[in-house]
Amino acid sequence: MIVAEQKPLAEIADMIKDCKKVLFAGCGGCVTVCLSGGEKETEVMATALRMKRQLEGNPLETVTYTATRQCDPEYVEAMADAVKGVDAVVSLACGVGPQYLAARYPDLWVIPAQNTAFAGGSKEHGVWEEFCGLCGQCVLHLTGGICPVIRCSKSIMNGPCGGSQYGKCEISKDVDCAWHLIYERLKRLGRLDLMREYREPKDWSKARDGGPRRITREDVMIG
Amino acid sequence: MKSGGSKLEQILEQGHFAVTAEIGPPKHADPQGVIHHAHMLHDYVDATNITDCQTAVVRLSSIASGVHILGAGVEPIVQMTCRDRNRIAMQADLLGAYSLGMRNVLCLSGDHQKFGNHPTAKNVYDVDSMQLIHLVRRMRDEKLFFSGEEMKGAEPRFFVGAVANPFADPFEWRVDRLEKKVNAGAEFIQTQCIYDMERFERFMEMVRARGLDQRVHILAGVTPLKSWKAAKYLQTGVSGMIVPDAIVERLKAAEDAKAEGVNICIEQIRYIKEHVPGVHGVHIMAIAWEEVVPDIVGRAGLYPRPKL
Amino acid sequence: MDFEPKIVAFCCHYCAYSAADLAGSMRLQYPPNIRIVEMPCSGTIDHRVLLKALEDGADGVFVAGCMEGDCHFLKGNYRAKRRVNHVKEILKEIGLEPERLAMYNLSAAMGPRFAEIAHEMTARIKELGPSPFRKRGGGDEK
Repeated sequence: MIVAEQKPLAEIADMIKDCKKVLFAGCGGCVTVCLSGGEKETEVMATALRMKRQLEGNPLETVTYTATRQCDPEYVEAMADAVKGVDAVVSLACGVGPQYLAARYPDLWVIPAQNTAFAGGSKEHGVWEEFCGLCGQCVLHLTGGICPVIRCSKSIMNGPCGGSQYGKCEISKDVDCAWHLIYERLKRLGRLDLMREYREPKDWSKARDGGPRRITREDVMIG
Repeated sequence: MKSGGSKLEQILEQGHFAVTAEIGPPKHADPQGVIHHAHMLHDYVDATNITDCQTAVVRLSSIASGVHILGAGVEPIVQMTCRDRNRIAMQADLLGAYSLGMRNVLCLSGDHQKFGNHPTAKNVYDVDSMQLIHLVRRMRDEKLFFSGEEMKGAEPRFFVGAVANPFADPFEWRVDRLEKKVNAGAEFIQTQCIYDMERFERFMEMVRARGLDQRVHILAGVTPLKSWKAAKYLQTGVSGMIVPDAIVERLKAAEDAKAEGVNICIEQIRYIKEHVPGVHGVHIMAIAWEEVVPDIVGRAGLYPRPKL
Repeated sequence: MDFEPKIVAFCCHYCAYSAADLAGSMRLQYPPNIRIVEMPCSGTIDHRVLLKALEDGADGVFVAGCMEGDCHFLKGNYRAKRRVNHVKEILKEIGLEPERLAMYNLSAAMGPRFAEIAHEMTARIKELGPSPFRKRGGGDEK
C-alpha cells in the first residue's frame, strides 16, 4: 500500500487558520490500511481541530466525508455535494487525492493532511516499512524477492557494498542490509550464481527519472 | 602497459611492492595544503589517492586536487564515488581527468550522504561501483561510452582500481565480490584498513585459492592510529571496520600513543610483506596525519621507492 | 475553585465496574461527580469517544480497566493505555490540559481503590477548573 503519515496538527491548523468551514475528506484506500487517513482518523482530526479552534475563540465548522478512494474520478465526482460551501478541503488521502480534488474542483482550496512517504507494507500492527522502489522495471526474481532499489540505501545492483556489517546497513543499526538479506536468501535457494552475475546499470528512465509515467490498457478503455 | 602511462601500473607490473598513500583535500578553495602534502610524500610513494568528498563531506574535488599534486610531481589516483554523480557527469569527469594528465582511477560506492555535512542532498547512485569498474575498463579497451556509443577520438586509458573490504559481512562473500570486481575489470585493489590481521590472512587464503592474486594487484590498507580513543571510535562507530581490543589496549597502555600507533602500523606492513603472500603493495591512509607517512615508509623498509 | 466537576468514567465490566459496584455495596463514600459508563473491556475505548466526551463538556474523563496482565480479554487494557496516551498528546496539541484525561487499573475486589480514584480525579479536576468546553447555564449534557 501507499504509506503516509499525518502532518502535525499544528501545521494543518495553520493551513486552515483563515477558514470558517472545512471539509475533512478521508480515503478508504491505502491510508485506511495504514491507519492515517481513514474514516476514524478523519473524524479524530476534525474533532481535534474543532476543539482547538473553539479554545482559541475562533470556531471552526467541520464536515467529514470518507471517499471510497480519491484516486478515481468517479469517487471524486461523488463528493460534489460535500465540497459545497466550504472554505477548504483537507484531504487525508495520499498525495494523489488532493491532486484529484484540485483538478475536479478548481475553485476549491485543497490542503494535504498527509506527508505521503512510500510504497510498503506492515511489519506488525502499527509499523510500516518501505519495500518497493517503484522503479518501473522489477528485478525481484534476480534478488530472491528483496528489492535492491529501495531496500539498499545506495540502490546497488551488484551488492553488498563495504559498509555492510552484521547484516545491517551503514546508515543505521535499525536498517537491514538488503544485500545481506539477498545473499542469505539466494544461498538458501542454492542460487548464489545470480549474485555472481554482473548486472548492467539500471534504466532509470523507466523510474521517476524519465518524467511522469503513464500506463494504459487499451482493452478496457471505453473511449 | 595497458593504461596511458600510469606509473603505478608500471611499478606493479614490474613486480615491485608498491606504496600508495592518501591525501584528503581541504574544506575550502585553497590548494596549498594539498600541494604541501604532495611535496612531503613525493619520494615516499608511487602514487597517492585523493579522496572524493569522503564521508560525504564537501571538499575540494578529487580531480582538481589531482591537478595540484601532478604539479608537485606526484602521481594521483583519482577516487570516484557513485554517490554524487550520474553516468553523464562521471564520463565527463573521466574525460576531463584524463585530459589533465591523470592515469589512475579508483571506483567506489561512496559513503552515504547521511554521514556528511549535507545529509539532505539527493542520493544519486545512478551506477554502482561494479558497473563503474566495468564501464571505465570498457571505455579504455573498446572505446565506448557507457551507453555503448563509440568514442571517435582519444579514449581515456586509465589504470582501473577498486576497493575490497575483508571486514564487512557476509565474510565468505567478500572474496566472491572481489572476484566479481576482477571479472568486471579491476586491475588494482586497495583494501579497507587492516587491524584484524587474522581475518585478513583468512581472506587472502581464499584469494590465493582462487588465483585472484595472479589476476589483480592487491594493496593492503593500513592506517596509523593516534590514540586509543581513535581506535575505539573506529571499532564502534564505523560500519565495516574491525579493530581488535588488543590494539585499543596497547594504545591505552602506551606512554606515547602516537608513536605506538606508528609502530603498530609499521609492524603490520612488515608482517604483511613477509608473511602474507599475494599482497603486492601497501596503501597507507594517514588522513589528517600525512606527515607521518615518510617515517612509516622509511622504517618499514620501503624506502627508497623504485625509479622508472 | 468552587464548581462541581462532571467526570465521565469508562469502566470495564470485569474489573472496574465491579469494583465500583463493590464500593457501593461497601457503602464507601466517593464524590457523586463520577458518571460511570460500562464497557465490556477498557480496550473497546475509542479515541473519538474520549474526544467527544471532552468536547461535549466533561471536565474530566478516565478509563478504568483490569490490572495489567490480568485483563479479561488479555490485552485490552494495554490497548486502552496506548489510546489514552495518544489522546493526551492530542489534547496537548490543541491546548487542553492532558491531565483532564487519565487511565487507571484495578481489580474487581478493589472497592476502596475505586473510591480513592474517584476522590483523586475529582480533586485534580477541581484544581484544574471547569473545562473551557463546559456549556453555559448548567443543565444535563447528553
